[in-house]
Amino acid sequence: MQGRIHSTESFGTVDGPGVRFVIFFQGCPMRCRYCHNPDTWDADAGHAETTESLLEQYRRNAVFYKNGGITCTGGEPMLQMPFLTELFSAAKRERIHTCLDTSGICFDPEHPEPVRTLLNVTDLVMLDLKQINDEKHRQLTGHSNARILQFAEFISACGVPLWVRHVVVPGLTDDPAEHVLLGEFIGGLRTLKGLDVLPYHTMGKRKYAALGLPYPLGDTPPAEQSAAADAKAAILRGIKKRLRSG
Amino acid sequence: MFNEFAAEWDGFTPGRWSSTSVNVRDFIHRNFTPYDGDESFLEGPTDATNELWAQVTELSALERRAGGVLDMDTEIISTITSHGPGYLNKKLEKIVGLQTDKPFKRALQPFGGIRMAQQACNSYGYGIDPRIVEIFTKYRKTHNQGVFDAYTPEMRLARKSAILTGLPDAYGRGRIIGDYRRVALYGVDMLIEDKEHQKANDFVRMTSKNIRLREELSEQIRALNELKELGRIYGFDISRPAKNAQEAVQWLYFGYLAAVKEQNGAAMSLGRTSTFLDIYIQRDINRGILTEKDAQELIDHFIMKLRLVKFARTPEYNALFSGDPTWVTESIGGVSVDGKHMVTKNSFRYLNTLNNLGTAPEPNMTVLWSTMLPQNFKRFCAKMSIKTSSIQYENDDLMRVTHGDDYAIACCVSSMRVGKEMQFFGARANLAKCLLYAINGGVDEVLKIQVGPKYRPVTGDYLDYDDVMQKYDEMMEWLAGLYVNTLNVIHYMHDKYCYEKLQMALHDRDVKRYFATGIAGLSVVADSLSAIKYAKVKCIRDEEGIVVDYETEGDFPKYGNDDDRVDQIAVDIVRRFMDKIRKHHTYRDSVPTMSILTITSNVVYGRKTGNTPDGRKHGTPLAPGANPMHGRDTHGAVASLSSVSKLPFRHAQDGISNTFSIIPDALGKSQTVFSGDLDLDALRQEAEDEA
Repeated sequence: MQGRIHSTESFGTVDGPGVRFVIFFQGCPMRCRYCHNPDTWDADAGHAETTESLLEQYRRNAVFYKNGGITCTGGEPMLQMPFLTELFSAAKRERIHTCLDTSGICFDPEHPEPVRTLLNVTDLVMLDLKQINDEKHRQLTGHSNARILQFAEFISACGVPLWVRHVVVPGLTDDPAEHVLLGEFIGGLRTLKGLDVLPYHTMGKRKYAALGLPYPLGDTPPAEQSAAADAKAAILRGIKKRLRSG
Repeated sequence: MFNEFAAEWDGFTPGRWSSTSVNVRDFIHRNFTPYDGDESFLEGPTDATNELWAQVTELSALERRAGGVLDMDTEIISTITSHGPGYLNKKLEKIVGLQTDKPFKRALQPFGGIRMAQQACNSYGYGIDPRIVEIFTKYRKTHNQGVFDAYTPEMRLARKSAILTGLPDAYGRGRIIGDYRRVALYGVDMLIEDKEHQKANDFVRMTSKNIRLREELSEQIRALNELKELGRIYGFDISRPAKNAQEAVQWLYFGYLAAVKEQNGAAMSLGRTSTFLDIYIQRDINRGILTEKDAQELIDHFIMKLRLVKFARTPEYNALFSGDPTWVTESIGGVSVDGKHMVTKNSFRYLNTLNNLGTAPEPNMTVLWSTMLPQNFKRFCAKMSIKTSSIQYENDDLMRVTHGDDYAIACCVSSMRVGKEMQFFGARANLAKCLLYAINGGVDEVLKIQVGPKYRPVTGDYLDYDDVMQKYDEMMEWLAGLYVNTLNVIHYMHDKYCYEKLQMALHDRDVKRYFATGIAGLSVVADSLSAIKYAKVKCIRDEEGIVVDYETEGDFPKYGNDDDRVDQIAVDIVRRFMDKIRKHHTYRDSVPTMSILTITSNVVYGRKTGNTPDGRKHGTPLAPGANPMHGRDTHGAVASLSSVSKLPFRHAQDGISNTFSIIPDALGKSQTVFSGDLDLDALRQEAEDEA
């Protein structure tokens, strides 16, 4: 089977545990305003690649990945469910650690079976929870967060380890009260293993310029490292609050 | 050879080193104490260290303000004993000795070439004593003059067009490492005795080879006597072995100092001294006469001296090497042939100087890396690399196979067994330019003159891979022959007029000599040939019909992405050129090797190399060493390094370098924003406790 791939990175150190082979899938239904990979949006761009050719690239440098594995990110990997499932199934046959980095937007609670099949061959999900407030989430991404939150609970119910990521954008996702609410929500996810709070950066600007797209966040300044640390503390407070109550 | 176990050796385990022959490796292996612990034992700088280093920092600032040179000797020709003692602050210095009578005063070293020495002085506003200039033009021939007496017109032209670049024909060749440890372990008298013994034996027939060797041994003995005198100038008797750690460091440093007083070599590397010296430090600590603080101070002061090493060089030389490098390379760590790691506490102390004195490019701390190094040391190296960006790494697992476990690195990648192997440094041939010569039938694309042989140029509008490869192969054949012959001339003359007598005195008599050639522009060649093979490359000719530019239609695989289609082209070129080098006679039966290592000179080479078929423009630097071209490795570090690692060491035994830089954030996440091991049960417990 073939998938549409944007690119691969042979030395991924920030997309899951260890050194990882990272596969950037082409195509994404979201239009997050702070997205730094707009070149992965168009589902028809990129190039075709087979699961075998990707695994071959992994195998030849497998010695580097002995504490890592494969991470699929994008774009939105779950747009290409059959291909993604085949790739992870093949990887698991070779005992490769699989990590899925997703927005969760493709999850359909009415038809969860394909996702259950995928999660069976997924060792870790990195889920991006952008905004706990649904109205603000719509403004930020063009979509409701309802399905994404349902997906988080589904992952937990399936017993798959989960890392939650949250990007702090000044003025958009930096309200401490919302961080506590986010914490309260993820505190209920039994398989939560990691929390990654990133300060918004502006390194994506060049890509928008190259694609001839207006930069959605205009002159929004990058977030300070300390803002991310504060947000992380607030989220942890929320988690504890939830754990106390439940 | 040795009649008795010297008193200074008390406490050491005897062996072949003490009973049979000069054998530092044997001494190390019988006596060193491997260290598996972490860096927590290390000490910070002493007050004396801080005060001395502040003085050096101030002098450095003064030197920068003075335009790069603070003072130059214009009257005294530098020899091992040419100057009286010089100090930073005699009361505070635990290790003493300067190249001249003052810190930051550059010595006058005209034996490589008087013109170079004059230019170096003139460009900083100094003038050499006219009598010295007269002596070295009229009465005493230099290496440089000898070389140009023998060069052919073709050699001169190849040098001018820079298809052969950086040749050591006007400056000291360097890249020879004296076994300075011998001075500490044996004292100079025993070494002289050994050399006398070498000279007294095996010279029955006076062939020119034997005559030369006898003359050289006499020179070496003379140098050793001068070395003793150098010790005396500073108030030490180094005729006997060192009896404690301070003496061991001092004796060893005198050996090195004598070398840099005698030679202004392109690379004056130190060797592999940390584990050797650890044996002395450990013995003193066990005896209760040295503390860890004292030990670190000795090493700090020693390293400080190495940072003070300076040579008089021309601005052009500095442009070629991007600065004023001395390549005081020290090789640290590694694993023994029987599988034990050779990391000692002193390996940590050497790296700790980067904390105590701050970061610096010299001495060039080089870790001989193996998967078998102790975990704690690996962690410390990683930490210090992130902190200082000042550590070089070399693959011990690869080199140990060829050189055993007592080799060191000269310059940046050249490996040789200390005291047993040396090399004739050969700069490099520009293979990217050679490809352009193949296309243009030997006409230089920048100078627009015939430099190479007048072979048939490419005539069509589009480059054909097979046609270009055939022409390139023939042009490389020519270049290899010319290159080897040019180096033969250079090293014959260097031996004759600028012989490294002190450094060679700290070698065995029968050394293995490497004939170290090198290549530049490998990634440009690989990408160019890939473009010709996998895309369509159109030639753009000037009015004289010389191809001066290229238009590429379509994409092509680029070296640095772990793509065999192009990586194998690079592998093939390396093997092909090395095989051509091997066909030729090399001076003094030296063993030909090759390096892929331009670390800085790639900038200058790029300036002299025209447009290339890979799309690189005239003037754009070539990639350093075996690096992929800047920005063309688009699949991340592992893929990039994998491409480089395919290059065959056996055909590039003088070393393959890859310059790697990465921002710390790209190495992983910091704990302030990331928790990768959230434990909900523990958090629940915490929450309940707080409540």
